Amino acid sequence: MSLTLLNVIAAVVIAVGFAALNAAYLVWAERRGAARIQRRPGPNINGPLGLLQPPLDGIKLMAKQLTIPGGADRALFIAAPVLAMFPAIMSFVTIPFSETIVARNMNVGVLMIFAFAAMGSMSLLFAGWSSRNKYAMMSSIRAVSQAVAYEIPMLITTITVVMISGSMDLMEIVRQQSGSILHWNIFPIFGNSHNLLMPFSFLIFFTCTLAETNRAPFDLGEAESELVAGFHTEYGSMGFGLFFMGEYANIVIGACLTTILFLGGWNCPFGLFPGVWWFLLKIYLLIATFIWIRWTFPRTTIYGLLNLSWKILIPLSLFNLLFTAGLLKVF
Amino acid sequence: MNSPIQLQPDETFILNVGPQHPATHGVLRVKMEMSGEYIVSAETVIGYIHRMHEKMGEIKTYPQFLMNLSRMDYLGALGYSHGHVLLVEKACAIEVPERAEYLRVVMVELNRIASHLFWFGAFVMDLGGFTPLMYALQDREHILDMLEAVTGSRLTYCYFRFGGLYNDVDDQFITAARTFIPRMRKSLKKYRRLVTDNVIFRKRLTGIAPLSPEMCRKYGASSAVARGSGINFDVRRNEPYSVYPEFDFDVPVFHAGDSLARYMVRMEEIEQSLRIVEQALDKLPDGPVMAAKKPKLIKAPPGDYYQAVETARGSFGIRLVSDGGKTPYRLKLRSPTYSNMHLFDEACQGMLIMDALAFMGSLDLVIPEIDR
Amino acid sequence: MIAYFSDIYHGLISLLVGMGITFREFIKPPVTVAYPYETLTMCARYRGHIELLADDEGNPNCVVCGLCERACPSECISITSVKPEGSKKKVLTGYTLDFTRCSLCGSCVESCNFSAIAFSREYNLASSRKEDFHIDLFKRLEEKKR
Repeated sequence: MSLTLLNVIAAVVIAVGFAALNAAYLVWAERRGAARIQRRPGPNINGPLGLLQPPLDGIKLMAKQLTIPGGADRALFIAAPVLAMFPAIMSFVTIPFSETIVARNMNVGVLMIFAFAAMGSMSLLFAGWSSRNKYAMMSSIRAVSQAVAYEIPMLITTITVVMISGSMDLMEIVRQQSGSILHWNIFPIFGNSHNLLMPFSFLIFFTCTLAETNRAPFDLGEAESELVAGFHTEYGSMGFGLFFMGEYANIVIGACLTTILFLGGWNCPFGLFPGVWWFLLKIYLLIATFIWIRWTFPRTTIYGLLNLSWKILIPLSLFNLLFTAGLLKVF
Repeated sequence: MNSPIQLQPDETFILNVGPQHPATHGVLRVKMEMSGEYIVSAETVIGYIHRMHEKMGEIKTYPQFLMNLSRMDYLGALGYSHGHVLLVEKACAIEVPERAEYLRVVMVELNRIASHLFWFGAFVMDLGGFTPLMYALQDREHILDMLEAVTGSRLTYCYFRFGGLYNDVDDQFITAARTFIPRMRKSLKKYRRLVTDNVIFRKRLTGIAPLSPEMCRKYGASSAVARGSGINFDVRRNEPYSVYPEFDFDVPVFHAGDSLARYMVRMEEIEQSLRIVEQALDKLPDGPVMAAKKPKLIKAPPGDYYQAVETARGSFGIRLVSDGGKTPYRLKLRSPTYSNMHLFDEACQGMLIMDALAFMGSLDLVIPEIDR
Repeated sequence: MIAYFSDIYHGLISLLVGMGITFREFIKPPVTVAYPYETLTMCARYRGHIELLADDEGNPNCVVCGLCERACPSECISITSVKPEGSKKKVLTGYTLDFTRCSLCGSCVESCNFSAIAFSREYNLASSRKEDFHIDLFKRLEEKKR
């Protein structure tokens, strides 16, 4: 694939457009979904099914004044929301949507996504620290300790998959899962490994994705009943909007990664007609599950969350890693 | 997990929770001295919604003060009115028809269920789960509809009168109440599966803020706060009033004293209230709902009167000192939440802020009732 | 060790049960009333603010006894009247309700022995002007008569 200027511009526009559109309409989907779970109609006035709600919300946010609290670190305060959005968009560059639709495939795609994901918690730290608010500060400290605790089991689980595939290339990982559902990493009967613990790996990875994206029940960073609004307490206008969009963009990345690593990417469950539609179907099903989980469970505590990570997820994922390594050696 | 830690005095900072904070459900302010996320000491500051109800009791005639009681606690208004009418009836020796007394119990118990439902929803919302609140409000809505059809208002009911009731209930209410009971039982099952058995929920509440019975006695705590700590006390049974002795109901008592025990007591109380409503509807006698013999102008004879009732929030005491005039000489309202809340300062020391706010939720605070 | 795994297992099951419940609610229709588009009828006993009642000819039932004025705990009601010459009865000339102070307790309606006042079923009572809540009930009655 030659990297002409036109290609690059098109890729950037598509990546940013996809991220922004998803972020906007996932808010709508979340609100509608939450409403239905709670037996309410949800936003349904603006446009058919309330579909004009996200752009109108965006206009409202943009029309508002961006206030910077007195004594805040101005540079970091302004940089933080941008930083929240930036890693998510960067990660889209290397995500393969299908055999042909990928902005830039890299042989270290997994590594790159994790590198950018780690930057996400930095924006929370900046936001909390620079707003000069006690609630924001506490929230950002929580968010960072949470990110550290959950990156470990997530990485270990990813290493398990990488070991099975023998590649860090996302396209290669998906290619190896081609065929029916029985070839996918989540339930590998015919695949490279015959590790029957992989469904648990998937659960661990899924839980970590929830925690990494600061989603309920792990949304300690913005625990609204304790810390008012957490790290974005002092943000208004589009600063808040960017945090909001960044959150949803991260969710999309998390869902994409889960799909690629465990659910066979663009492959069809029956081994027929692989294509981008299957990929999109899978990520939106995952996102629907995210929303469903958020509106079902109460929030965990900070020590409950760390206990879950250090006492359950990390030992289990380490065991799984060793087990997989053993299996790969035997077969 | 949440053990007190050794601190340097200069490493703490003050966190002002409230008066406008999502966790305090109203205008309660808590000044917390924090060390990181741990609370070193806390001080509750009240009085932001003080409305001088006791002073109003002194300057208003007895009927004029009647509706003030329902403004004290906006979630369980009828229980407070019940205390007031019982007290004045006792003072003036007014004979209340039996039907009126039964209907009062039905109304109070329905109101108690509505109040507990709202507390349940708000409590789970404090813990970060929003959906159970909506389910609880749906069930509460049925009660509010029933009460609205009878009393004419949805929140600040003014239904009880000295000597009886404002008006009689119709058959529609009886049928609605009868269909409500099985529906509520079904919902309770749903709540048990959705919330009570949930592992996150249990992990968050088990062992949080264990209160000893001594501490509850020291602060004069009542309701689920005391019963969750193993104190078997319920005014409805221990100091029977109205027609409560005629009903068969249990007083749920849990001994753990933690936030989960307080939660369990309240959920069990909903079931017991349903039982009382069921029995009261079965036994409901016919007859008038207003006393035939009632003084035209209510004037309590000189003396000192006291009446305690079990409201949704605990044991509510109302004391009346009369000099025989048109208005009371002194009207003292002992609000249960006031006592329950003051536990917070002592109990939350050394706790994480998350747990402290979960604990505060389990106390079931209604701020206008504390400030009165 | 067994307790460790059974804890995880039971925890997971409880989470799945919870998700099952929310899913069942998800497929049920909404129960809310889309307020400005649909409205509920107020029940017969609804306690709105008070209004004056009139007899068949449209004259107010009120005989200016002043009981409601005295019964009101918040002094919301002010009545003006004149006594025409040669007549024993007073005639109502003004009946103002200060709704800013009214707490809808209904003492006035109960105190009335001539069924001159009743609760209205109005509930859309929002305004940004204080004057809107000094309701001249007598004028309303006159307007209704016309």
